[in-house]
Amino acid sequence: MHPLLISAYTASSCLGRGLEPLREAMLAGRSGLKPCDFETVSLQTWIGEVEGTDDERLPAALARFDCRNNRLAQLGLMQDGFADTVRAAMSRYGADRIGVFLGTSTSGILETELAYRRRAPDTGALPAEFNYAGTHNTFSLADFVQHWFGLKGPAVVVSSACSSSAKVFASAARMIASGLIDAALVGGVDSLCLTTLYGFNSLELTSSQACRPFDRARDGISIGEGAAFALVERTPDALPPDAILLLGYGESSDAYHMSSPHPEGRGARQAMDAALARAGLAARDIDYINLHGTATPSNDAAEGRAVTGLFGDATPCSSTKGATGHTLGAAGGIEAVIAALAIRDGFIPAGAGTTAPEDGLDYVLATRRRTVRRVLSNSFGFGGTNCSLVLGCPA
Amino acid sequence: MTNPPAAWIRSIGLIGPGLSDWPACAAILLGKAEWNPEKTVLNAPDQLPPAERRRAVRVVKLALGIGLQATTAAGVDPSGLATVFSSSGGDGVNCHQICETLASDDRQISPTRFHNSVHNAAAGYWGIATGATAASAVLCAYDGSFGAGLLEALAQVQVEREPCLLLAYDADYPPPLRAARPIPDAFGVALLLTPEREADSCGRLAASLTDAPADTLADSALDALRCAIPAARSLPLLAAIAGHRTGRVVLDYLDHARLAVDYAA
Repeated sequence: MHPLLISAYTASSCLGRGLEPLREAMLAGRSGLKPCDFETVSLQTWIGEVEGTDDERLPAALARFDCRNNRLAQLGLMQDGFADTVRAAMSRYGADRIGVFLGTSTSGILETELAYRRRAPDTGALPAEFNYAGTHNTFSLADFVQHWFGLKGPAVVVSSACSSSAKVFASAARMIASGLIDAALVGGVDSLCLTTLYGFNSLELTSSQACRPFDRARDGISIGEGAAFALVERTPDALPPDAILLLGYGESSDAYHMSSPHPEGRGARQAMDAALARAGLAARDIDYINLHGTATPSNDAAEGRAVTGLFGDATPCSSTKGATGHTLGAAGGIEAVIAALAIRDGFIPAGAGTTAPEDGLDYVLATRRRTVRRVLSNSFGFGGTNCSLVLGCPA
Repeated sequence: MTNPPAAWIRSIGLIGPGLSDWPACAAILLGKAEWNPEKTVLNAPDQLPPAERRRAVRVVKLALGIGLQATTAAGVDPSGLATVFSSSGGDGVNCHQICETLASDDRQISPTRFHNSVHNAAAGYWGIATGATAASAVLCAYDGSFGAGLLEALAQVQVEREPCLLLAYDADYPPPLRAARPIPDAFGVALLLTPEREADSCGRLAASLTDAPADTLADSALDALRCAIPAARSLPLLAAIAGHRTGRVVLDYLDHARLAVDYAA
């Protein structure tokens, strides 16, 4: 594929708002996870919460979109001058030539969960102020962001569980290649809610401590929340040497099970192969692999087999979910931003939380400072949906 | 500017209220048969293993039903196809049950309900039923979900030069969610799109954004169906295909734009 320029990017998570706290945490190998104290949730698990999310106030004209997920979206858009870069692109390309492609798994479902506690005793009706379209509906995120900027191009939410905000890069790349748009606002936002906390608990997939991806003693995920955004554009003729590029994407389906990965990592391998092929690269060209690495026993085992099969044990790799938690539909976006930072600043981030990694991989336990030219980032989800991205600097 | 994304239509699957398949729907759209809008009939397909058959919720049965109609009509093995799933929401009944449990004293939701709650549940079951390991996009654009799915599928066919099966589907919400999201019944349509003309192609589509208002259907009952269920926003296009009527059809899409679909029979 023709590489695409990632001209701006930002991420907010439990590590803090914007790139700087994320960069510092990656360099220090620090985690932002804490014991779960979210809402009225009573579960023995850890979470990654973005502080101050509920203090965010949406513009009055967009009050119908008010929910934790869209507050987090706005919080994320305000960091690192990202919104200004998007506005500059709007004046350059036109509002109708920029698409919005965002990932989320649960959108503003928390509003519905809370509304169900306030049903009318006689009729069972939900409270009158409950706004399904603006909050709970899966599209609410892209709808909100499009209105927030006044963008007029195509807009869609990709909601394929934990691969969502990786797959938005693929959808945006195709839409740019088709000529329908010149640039795309991509990313993902997912926020804490009861459905995922109790849901993953029901599947016995949450850890009772901070998650330990790829550790021999790993025992489940820590759910996090976050917002990541990137502006993707056609590559200009004159490319700055420090440009960050989307070089390839690969997508596949396990066709195996709804909540367990294919044990041999078949779909993971297929996605990584496809991403490398689109980028015109071989496995040895990758300097760092940001693993999906959720820290469930079966997910990491399957991904490890797929990575070893393709890369052997020579390529440094880590999962950064020990630092951010598993931000579900935002994970692909946040990890693409981590990949961009690794290339920009020259480091391979430690996998926080892990002390005794599985054999057979160069699993990074302490952050390494070195030149990073190309990163493969994996995002795999429920229902066997897989996406791998390759980011890099100009050749 | 390159040409707008385009593809050939090879086959169609369709299930809706009083609409058992595409030939039945086409006859009604052409005025050759009367429409009796009885509640949509949904069955879990035999291709699913017994456990998944038991667990399949309404949107899953609907999506698999329309997808398999389309691949069967074309005589195409679904295992090799890329897919685009587009729906305005997940399974309403499943969502209601989860929210009810979470609002109760015992919040332990069932694992099956949780995995059925993901927006990509139908895509996951489709993979299990058909063995399809290719890329699968899973989209939502509220009432514009058919338009968003069509754009994604056309871009995929144009850029990847491979066939793609578009599945757009919505199912009803029970009370009390029904009041906030009044989708009354299930409707879904699947289009098998190809980059080149096939012997059995039934026309070519190209899509772009427009400010023009969406087309309506002359039959008021069918137009009410178009407005009531997001996936049925496709009906003006399906009417053009049924009638082999070359021309531009405008479909609902987003607040600020409609989708102009140029159809060549």
